Amino acid sequence: MTWFQRKDKGISTPTKEKKEAPDGLWYKTPSGKIIHIRELRSNQYVCPEDDYHVRIGSKEYFEILFDDNQFKELDEGLTSGDPLDFKDSKKYPDRIAASQKKTGLKDAVRSGVGKINGYDLVISCMDFSFIGGSMGSVVGEKIARAIDYSLKHKIPFLMISKSGGARMMEAGFSLMQMAKTSAKLALLSEAKVPYISLLTDPTTGGVTASYAMLGDFNISEPGALIGFAGPRVIRETIGKDLPKGFQSSEFVLEHGFLDFIVDRRNLKAKLTSLIKLLKN
Amino acid sequence: MHGDRAVKDDKAMVGGFGSIDGQSVMFIGQQKGRNTKQRQMRNFGMANPDGYRKALRLMKMAEKFNKPIVTLIDTPGAFPGLEAEERGQGEAIARNLKEMFMLKVPVICIVIGEGASGGALGIAIGDRVLMMENTWYSVISPESCSSILWRSWDYKEQAAEALKLSSSDMLGNKLIDGIVPEPLGGAHADFEEAANKIKNIIKENLTELLAMTPEERIDSRINKFADMGVYN
Repeated sequence: MTWFQRKDKGISTPTKEKKEAPDGLWYKTPSGKIIHIRELRSNQYVCPEDDYHVRIGSKEYFEILFDDNQFKELDEGLTSGDPLDFKDSKKYPDRIAASQKKTGLKDAVRSGVGKINGYDLVISCMDFSFIGGSMGSVVGEKIARAIDYSLKHKIPFLMISKSGGARMMEAGFSLMQMAKTSAKLALLSEAKVPYISLLTDPTTGGVTASYAMLGDFNISEPGALIGFAGPRVIRETIGKDLPKGFQSSEFVLEHGFLDFIVDRRNLKAKLTSLIKLLKN
Repeated sequence: MHGDRAVKDDKAMVGGFGSIDGQSVMFIGQQKGRNTKQRQMRNFGMANPDGYRKALRLMKMAEKFNKPIVTLIDTPGAFPGLEAEERGQGEAIARNLKEMFMLKVPVICIVIGEGASGGALGIAIGDRVLMMENTWYSVISPESCSSILWRSWDYKEQAAEALKLSSSDMLGNKLIDGIVPEPLGGAHADFEEAANKIKNIIKENLTELLAMTPEERIDSRINKFADMGVYN
């Protein structure tokens, strides 16, 4: 005889009729702080308790920077080809299509021109959610064209990098995007149009070794991973654990490759003051 | 010539003036070493930031004295080490890319062995980019590509196939300007003959390039790289 008699049946809802709790309402930072998404959004996606900068994409950066989120998108239609007929576990065009469906983006960078606090600015911003923000022909071409636009209209250029590096599936083509973007930046530099490079978490590989490090001002957000080789590769090469804070934006600043680190909540004000100082 | 005038002399990158039938040329290239001891000293041809900065110093000197530049590329990649990161490997390569586009003198780049990734590109922005017949040039070595995409080194042949990194594939995709034929059995079978072929190709290309003005060279150098890429 049992001590308790169950009056009602247990869970009787079949799994397929199970109601999910709404996903993504709360965000947990790596240090364990929990914050409501609405509050996070009104705080430029920085957790107020531990100042953790959540990874965001072009949509959010444009929202944060452009006045009233008003901007004209440049070359939004460009999509990737498959020059090498590349296949690993998946065919490259299938991988692109799946990524486009998942993210609603065409590729890993978007460009826009608009005003920040009344000043004209061209922004190209990478999206890490699209195949790790990897740089293929579309990324290279869109950045090159955004620089062309800056050059033609003499408007300062802001590049927001967030990438694991070159896109392997375009092999030689993706390597040459480093050259292409650097060539355009050389022209921008000759024309004395300001270029601000914002390196966000993470910026590594071929992106670091080309446009991301070529700013008149190289700036970053707190706690971002910035490097050429990835930490895993370096650990395997030297056979030792890496020191704490290695390749963080603070480390890169200390070694002289960044001008300053800016909290995302002050980003727009800081950029505005830079542009203003150069203009007047 | 030695040293980047800032930190040290990187032995994976060598350079200095030489002469081809009376025409002075600045030669710059990675050096891998031929035996274990040399390879260690040369760090297997993997340069640190100091190597890229030395290369740039020599290129600027060549420009100052109006001498053409020839770079010889043979590297498994830029060195992925602790100190390389501290001293800005990414910045050093990026600066070379940007500065090489604006060099007023002719620049000829030849891949003579391995041409891996940014480590190769860091001295490979030129009016003519050539590959020796049996070399490879790509965004990543087939070994590393295999370990990233297939999580094992066992698929390196498959990776090499997929990357289309041979000289004929690279030429077909218009990512390089030409191929230097190798002697029967490969360049290693007859150094003298291979060197002669390289010399002749350099001379041919220099004649063409010296007939152009610096502005024409810079424009066509930029336009050539700006046209690379496939998109819809």
